[in-house]
Amino acid sequence: MKGFWRGGELFVWMTASGVAISLLMVGGMLALIMVNGLGQFWPATLQQATLKTQEIVIGQVMGQEVIPNSVTPDAPTGQLRFRYRVGNRDVFGSEYRWVNGADIVSTSIPRDLTFVERREWGPAYGRISAVAEDGATTGKDGSTWSEIVALVEQANRLRGRIEHLERDEIGAINHHLEKARLERHALMLDGQLSPREAEEDRRLLDQIAALEKEYRAKTVTLEQLHNEAGRKGLQLTLSNGRLMPLSLEQIVAVSRPNEMSWIEKLLAYIHNLWLFVSSEPREANTEGGIFPAIFGTVLMVFLMTIAVMPFGVMAAVYLREYAKQGPLVRLVRIAVNNLAGVPSIVFGVFGLAFFVYALGGTIDQLLFPEALPNPTFGTGGILWASLTLALLTVPVVIVATEEGLSAVPRDFREGSVGLGATKFETIRHVILPCALPGILTGLILAMARAAGEVAPLMLTGVVKLAPALPLDEYLPFLHLDRKFMHLGFHIYDVGFQSPNVEAAKPMVYMTTLILILVVVLLNLAAVMLRNRLRKRFAMSAV
Amino acid sequence: MEVRSGNLSTTMPMATVRPIVPQSRLVSATQTMTSSVDAKMLVRSLDFYYGQRQALFQVALTVRTHSVTSFIGPSGCGKSTLLRCLNRMNDLVEGARAVGRVELDGTDIYDLDIDVTDLRKRVGMVFQKSNPFPKSIYDNVAYGPRLHGTKDKRRLDELVQNSLQGAGLWEEVKDRLQQSALGLSGGQQQRLCIARALAVQPEVILMDEPCSALDPIATGKIEELIYKLKDIYTVVIVTHNMQQAARVSDQCGFFLMGELVEFGDTKTIFTTPRDKRTEDYITGRFG
Repeated sequence: MKGFWRGGELFVWMTASGVAISLLMVGGMLALIMVNGLGQFWPATLQQATLKTQEIVIGQVMGQEVIPNSVTPDAPTGQLRFRYRVGNRDVFGSEYRWVNGADIVSTSIPRDLTFVERREWGPAYGRISAVAEDGATTGKDGSTWSEIVALVEQANRLRGRIEHLERDEIGAINHHLEKARLERHALMLDGQLSPREAEEDRRLLDQIAALEKEYRAKTVTLEQLHNEAGRKGLQLTLSNGRLMPLSLEQIVAVSRPNEMSWIEKLLAYIHNLWLFVSSEPREANTEGGIFPAIFGTVLMVFLMTIAVMPFGVMAAVYLREYAKQGPLVRLVRIAVNNLAGVPSIVFGVFGLAFFVYALGGTIDQLLFPEALPNPTFGTGGILWASLTLALLTVPVVIVATEEGLSAVPRDFREGSVGLGATKFETIRHVILPCALPGILTGLILAMARAAGEVAPLMLTGVVKLAPALPLDEYLPFLHLDRKFMHLGFHIYDVGFQSPNVEAAKPMVYMTTLILILVVVLLNLAAVMLRNRLRKRFAMSAV
Repeated sequence: MEVRSGNLSTTMPMATVRPIVPQSRLVSATQTMTSSVDAKMLVRSLDFYYGQRQALFQVALTVRTHSVTSFIGPSGCGKSTLLRCLNRMNDLVEGARAVGRVELDGTDIYDLDIDVTDLRKRVGMVFQKSNPFPKSIYDNVAYGPRLHGTKDKRRLDELVQNSLQGAGLWEEVKDRLQQSALGLSGGQQQRLCIARALAVQPEVILMDEPCSALDPIATGKIEELIYKLKDIYTVVIVTHNMQQAARVSDQCGFFLMGELVEFGDTKTIFTTPRDKRTEDYITGRFG
């Protein structure tokens, strides 16, 4: 027994189980997220159930449970009840419904059950009974499924044109109009117009008039397109026999999952997944995609990196290489380490007070007086959010860089200095390249922390729905003053601020999964960069 | 007294090494040599302190031009400290302080207006542990010349080749100049470090126990190299190995507890030492 204790057998087991438990926790978390999130894009089988009351329920079976005794004391124990997603929120009041197993007479899986994804009010389940045109139904039951699908596709193409017109063409006109308006305002700032300014003002007025004319023309076209899109529609028969008219403009997609083969379902799954990461959110973020949030997260991390790396590395070089090591430097080092432990919301408050109000407000007064009282930089934006996060992560970079610097062997320094290099040359040509892996480790840690941080962003520029990406085709292309969307905030918003929480649950899991993926990809990129630079500095040919 | 440049042109083995006489060398050659004709470096009543602790006591010696001078003595006797005083490498140690005079061609190198990087360019150093930079072989050798402003690719190529030839490494590495220096063997790495030191065309080369981490064959190659180097450079070597000192050096200094006990021709020191302590050390009675 004594040998058992002394040999450390138990210790080995303890350390190994520590690793096992950690792996289990990480794996379990990923598995939970993937199971809950990845399922939502699979075209689920639609079931039709007939109840004792002759009522018919159509929907997707989401789950089942044993009825708790407290709910139905008279029913025998062990009875099941099923949760159906019945859709048609606007008609039934709720998207989900519990059905007691005892009440179900029969269930079937009819092939003609149709799932309609709508732009509003979530999904609708039922049977398409007719095609409608100009308010009148035509060809009752005459239209085949392929014709209906073709109709929906046509409608989607039309919608694409409408969106292009609204966002790109009219958006461009609006952009130029706003620019001209601001230029006029800038001319008027000093309260009077010199002759040259007056001429400029007239030119701008003409420009504005021309733009407005163009704008009206576009609106007319838009109106026509909208009319055309609204002319045709489908008629859906719901489970309770009610007829629901659906304009084609309202429909995103129709499908008959019970008819689909395994391959078709797989294709539909991939298509849905692609739409999720590439399109914009709809319906208060609970439907549609998350592309703006992905874009905002990545761009913000990049901007943060650009801001944090030079400062962090320079500070670390000074602390480690130049500063005289003593109580003061020790104090600074302790302060920096403690900075890493400050709650992030504190950084958020600082960012709001200093960057947004103080710095942004001053910039607005100096550079954008014509737009006041509308703030340009004096409100939250991606620049301020990135700088706040840079502040938050600078301790990580400093600590990692210092470690990297102190790991460079003394021999290298002496070798370089012995050849007549100055301290600066030694740092630049020998020490920094050798410390590069350490520096990039700092970068990786900083990126991981920045990508996952939400609290400070809520104060400095993240919004639920950003009207435009911070990067577009108008000068200066990168709009640092714009608000942006962020995956972390998106999770919070969809999960806890949405009107339809139950339906949003898979969205939350999917968004979480994407956030993890984004962080992993960013880190992988940094690791690969580290390896490449390592090689380059080790084998440089120049 | 154009001793230096005269020596250079006559003793240079044309086939192997062709160093280019740098401007500073010509200037230094015209300076007056104070004590003897061939004194390259002079140490006069040097005291050295690490903080409160005194490491050298009143050391005085002369390093002769185109000779190999060796320092021997037990560990901690101050021989490495003295060596590192000769190109002011001790400046890097916090709290280190030298009192006294160290002259290079008659100029005090501890003078306030001396340019330390220029001094280290003239007095190069090879360390105990080979320390090639984690760069390619070429970049290691070209490191010094690039620092000192050589940009021309052809000139650099030439310098690298000459230096590697001077260190006897050219034949072994000429086909893999762009590979990492860390892939070389221990002995090759040390010779690369010597080549790196030669590439800045120093006048004096300091070697701090250059063979202590090498096997006998590699040691033999380096000793051979040291013997050749003295034709062009002045070499000062610290060694633990008394046979090595006897083999390679012309002059030898024996250190004990921070004092220079005896200094003179190697032959004299090893055959008829004046001091009892030197004799005891050399014959292996202590140390």
